[in-house]
Order: sequence, then C-alpha cells, then structure tokens
Amino acid sequence: MSTANRVLFDAPGPRGRRRIKTMTVASVVVLAIIVAAALKQLGDHGQLQAYRWQAFTTVPYLRVLGEGLWGTLKATGMSAVLAFPLGALLALMRLSTRRPVRVLAVGYIEVFRSIPLLLLIYAFLLALPRYGVNLPVFWKLVVPIVMVMSAIIAEVVRAGILALDRGQSEAAEAIGFRYWQAMRLVILPQATRLVLPSLIAQLVTVLKESTLGYAVSYPELMKQGDFLTARTHLLFQTFVIVAVIYVVINFLLGRLAGWVERRLSRRPGGAGPRATQETQLANAPNAGLAPTA
Amino acid sequence: MHLIINHFGFLMQGVLYTLGLTAIGFVGALVLGTVLAVCRVGPITPLRVIGSAYVEFFRNIPLLSLLVLFIFGLPDAGVTIPLFASAAICLALSASAFACEAMRGGINSVSVGQAEAARAIGLSFAEVLRFVVLPQAFRAMVQPLVNVFIGVLLSSALAAAVGVAELTNRTQQLNLKYAEAVVCFLFAGAVYLLIALAGGTVGSRLERLLAIKR
Repeated sequence: MSTANRVLFDAPGPRGRRRIKTMTVASVVVLAIIVAAALKQLGDHGQLQAYRWQAFTTVPYLRVLGEGLWGTLKATGMSAVLAFPLGALLALMRLSTRRPVRVLAVGYIEVFRSIPLLLLIYAFLLALPRYGVNLPVFWKLVVPIVMVMSAIIAEVVRAGILALDRGQSEAAEAIGFRYWQAMRLVILPQATRLVLPSLIAQLVTVLKESTLGYAVSYPELMKQGDFLTARTHLLFQTFVIVAVIYVVINFLLGRLAGWVERRLSRRPGGAGPRATQETQLANAPNAGLAPTA
Repeated sequence: MHLIINHFGFLMQGVLYTLGLTAIGFVGALVLGTVLAVCRVGPITPLRVIGSAYVEFFRNIPLLSLLVLFIFGLPDAGVTIPLFASAAICLALSASAFACEAMRGGINSVSVGQAEAARAIGLSFAEVLRFVVLPQAFRAMVQPLVNVFIGVLLSSALAAAVGVAELTNRTQQLNLKYAEAVVCFLFAGAVYLLIALAGGTVGSRLERLLAIKR
C-alpha cells in the first residue's frame, strides 16, 4: 500500500481495507483462471509436450539460436556505435546559430522520425540496387537503422543540452572558450551525463529494430528462429523462446538505465542540478521516441 | 510518376489499411492503456503487479516477434484470428504498454497537494478525478500520447512483413513488378510523413486547448 499512488487515495479505513482484500482475492482468482485456460488450450493442442521443448536444450538448436543472438548483438552494437555520434552531431546542428544548418538538421530529424524503418529497409533492399547501390546484407539492415536512430538520438541529446543551465555556456564564454571548446569541454560532457540513462534505454529500441533483419534475411535471432522452424516445425516453441530472449535482454538494459540514472543523480554535481521539465522529457522512458519496432 | 497514377487505387487501399491499423491500434492502446494505468495506480497489489509485468513485457518484446507468434504461432495452439485483426491486436497490445506509461506519468505529474486539497473540501473520489486530477493530468499526457500515435503508425508498417497488404507492403509489391522503384518509396514515405505531421498538429492543438489560460 505504501507504494500505491498517493495522489489519488487516502490511507483506507476499515471498510476500504475490506474492499481491497476482496478485490485482491478476486483478481488472483480471475488471473489463475485465465492462466489455467491458456495452459489447457496449449496442452490440448500438444504444444506443452516435453519433447517439443527439450529439443532446445540440445547443442545444434542452441548453436543456431546462439548464432542468431550474436548476429542481433552485432547489428545492434554497430548501429548504436554509428547512430550515437551521428545523433549528437545532428543535435548540435539543430542548435546551431546558422539557419541553413539548422533547417537541414530539422528536416532530417522530422523526416526520419516519421518514416517506418521497414519502408526504408525495403528501399535499400529492393529499390536502391537498381540504381547501383547494393550493400552487403549486414549494411542493408544497419544503415537504415542508423538513419532512423540518429534522428531519435538527436532529439534526446538536444533535450539534454537544453536542460543544462544557461550559466554553464555563459561561464564558458566568459573565460574565453570558443564555441567548440565550450561544447567539447563544458556542455557535451554534462549533457551526456544527463541523458546517459535515456541513451541506454534507446539501446532497447535499437535491439528491437534489429529484428527487421528478418526482412533482409540477415541471420539475427528472428531469422535464425525462422530457419529453425522451417526444419523442425516447432514454430510456437521457437518463437516463444526467441521472444523470451529479447524480453530478458531488453529488461536488463532497462534496469541498467535505471541503475545508471539513480547513481548519477546521487552524486553531488552529478546528473544536473535540478529536474527541469526538459530533463524529465529527456529521461522519460520513451523520450520523444516512437516505440517503433 | 505514371506508375503511381496507374496504381493510385491500389496504393490508396494500402493507405486505408495503414490508417485502419493505426486507428484501431491507437484506440485499442488508449482503452487498454487506461485500464492498465488504473491497475497500476490503484491500491490492489495483484493488479499492480500484473500491470507492471504487462508493461515490462510488452514494452520489451519486439513487435515483429509478437506478430510472428500471434499470426503463425497461435494457429498451432488452435486459435485462429484473421490476419488484419491479429495485426491490429498486436499493435494495440504493444502500444498499450507505452500508452499506460504516458497516462501514469500524467497522473503522477499532478502534485499530491492538489488531490489532498480536493479531498479536504469534500469532493468524492470521482469528483477529485473529474475536476482536479484528470484535467491537469491530460495536459501532461498529450505529448507522450502523440508519440504513441506516431509509434503505432510507424509500427503498422511491420504488418507488411507478415503479409498484411498495407501501404509498405503494396509499395514493395509494386517494386517487385516494375523497375521504376524510387517514386513508389517517395510516395509511401510522403504519406507516412503527412499522417505523422497531421497527428502532431492535432496534438499541439489539443495541448493549446488544454493549456491553463490566466
């Protein structure tokens, strides 16, 4: 009860407590019935038979999935390594004092935030080869992800920079720093610290987007799962396991982001002096981001 | 260019499918998200646990993975749902996790004192919600919910990968048949951009409408 929303409720009185108790019991019963029905449905169609799941403890199965996981991590890592600096650059461009630069950055960000990744991937897969641009499969996946992610990262970084106290850049100017010196030595290090948790959280998005390797036949986890089901017909089991792997990795990444956020905010002079609206915006779980993939 | 003119009806039907998926997905996400948010802010522990577990799960599962499980996996378990409906359901399920967080964020952004003051002047629970908490919470929800809308729009393209004939899918089909490829992609991209911009515009209108006028 202590963690329940204090905005909406007073501490309950005796009648309230009784009502809460009945509702608790009722909700547990309903949940149990739903779970039982689902399990029965699966069991009736033989999806819970032991051999269907035991196959996944054998080496060949694990190797196929392991290769997929490696492919997923490689694509995610490469996309992140390229998209983060590009996003930071775009953020700086958007905050530039020169109008053409700003317009260019705004245009890029708005366009790539509103175009589905899959459409972009199909363009790289089907359209561009006809014009002589034929990348290897890995890059057909990574380049579109980087194009889309850098726009999202740019917005996150921009929120971080805007959230910094104006005094920081004024002080940097006052001691004679040039624009780039101020950026490199004063603004960006602090802004990075401020948005680090949301940048880590964005890794979840990148990881989810890498599932589109399925569409370009790049051997990541989904594609490998597909490969496995074509031979074993254990479709339900394979994709449940694949889904669980994704959920676990993303859950851990989310936890890491939360941990980093708590650590940084604990440090004196750590993550920003005050939680302005901009920081909250930057650190919201889905800051400026569409839950795309 | 004549490719688009010749297949305008074909593409427009794709746009309709995309709009349909987006609309059903978004409205479903709003409804489900509200229920989840109520579960998560309420005082009943099992519901809170279920709410958080749901949000963690659906926020972290890639939509494509969910679509494949739903569309190719469930028939193995004896549950068959039409293709379009499955895609819409998956969109609603995954977006509802984000919608729930947007709403919860909105409710939590109202300071405790507001509700306490409302209770102190004798408003009932429903009145507290209706006159004090929700009007303030809505304001903080609009922008995040616009993001959810754009997310649903972009995610609806994933339905193409499992065979729903929406805009992305039809663009790709045209591409396989004809050589004049880039035009189709530009057209599809422009349509998505337009829908997203329209969503954003409605959002900022709404935000201005809800803003406090002093």
